[in-house]
Amino acid sequence: MPCISPDGKPTETGIKMLKALQGGIGAPEAVAQTTGLPLFRVRSGLRELAQAGMVEPKNGDYVIASRGAELIGE
Amino acid sequence: MEESREQTISFPRIGDPAPDFEAVTTHGVLRREDFKGGWLIIFSHPADFTPVCTTEFIAFTEIYPDLEKRGVQLLGLSVDSITSHIAWVRNVEDKTGFKIPFPIIADLSKEVSTAYGMIHPGQSKTETVRCVFIIDPKQIIRTILYYPLTTGRNMDEILRIVDALQTTDANAVATPANWRPGDMVVIPPPNTQEMAEERMKQGYECVDWYLCRKKL
Repeated sequence: MPCISPDGKPTETGIKMLKALQGGIGAPEAVAQTTGLPLFRVRSGLRELAQAGMVEPKNGDYVIASRGAELIGE
Repeated sequence: MEESREQTISFPRIGDPAPDFEAVTTHGVLRREDFKGGWLIIFSHPADFTPVCTTEFIAFTEIYPDLEKRGVQLLGLSVDSITSHIAWVRNVEDKTGFKIPFPIIADLSKEVSTAYGMIHPGQSKTETVRCVFIIDPKQIIRTILYYPLTTGRNMDEILRIVDALQTTDANAVATPANWRPGDMVVIPPPNTQEMAEERMKQGYECVDWYLCRKKL
C-alpha cells in the first residue's frame, strides 16, 4: 500500500497528498503538481485514501475528510 | 477417440485499446486508467532474480529520466509474488546501486499477462516472454515488441520508437528506416492523381511522388 501503512496510518506519500488537499478541493492533476508525484501514483493513492476514509471523492476531485485532517494535525 | 484440445490465446494488436487491469504492484494497486493522459510502457520479464532480467531492469532505470522527459511511465510485470519483487528490487539496489523507480506488477494469477498475450507456451508455460507494449495517452496500443527469453531488450530502440510515435502524432508524418530525431521525415503518400502531381511541385525532397521527405 503506497499511502496507508499496515497500522492504518498514512505513509509519507499519503501525508504529502493529504497536505496537498489542505487548501480545499483538489483534482488529482493538481495534487500531482503540488507533491511532485507521478499522476498515476496520485490517482491510485487518492483512491486508497478514500477507501480508508481520509479523503472524499467529489466529482472526480478530492477533498480531505475529518479523519485525514486529524491525522496530519490540521 | 481422444478429444482434441486446442487452446486459443488471443493477443491484443496494434490499434486496439490496451486491455484493462487492476493489479497489485510494488507501488500499490494500480489500474490501467491511472495512466490515462500519459504514455505508458508495459513490459514483462520472465522472472525475478535472473541475470538477463536484472540487466534489463538496470537499463530501464538508466533510460527512466529520458522516458519521463517524453511523458512516458514504465510498468514492469512478471509471474512472481510481490514479496519476490520487493526482495529483488532491494537486492538490485544493494548489489548495483540502481534504485528501480517504476512499479512492477505481481501477476501470480496471470490475469494481466494473459490479457496482454505475454505467455507464449512454446517458450515457457509459466514465465512471460520479454514483451513491450507502448500505449498512448488515449490508452491505445501503438507498438508491440516481443523478445525471446534469452535476448535482452534494446533500450535505444524503445526510446527511438517513442520519439517516432510522438513525432508522427505531432506532425502527421511518418518516419523512415533508422530514423532518429532531427532526421528528415516522410510525408504520407498522396491519395489521388491530382495530389500526386501537386506533391512534386511542393518543394519537398522527392525520390518520386510516393516518397517525399521534409525537415521538421
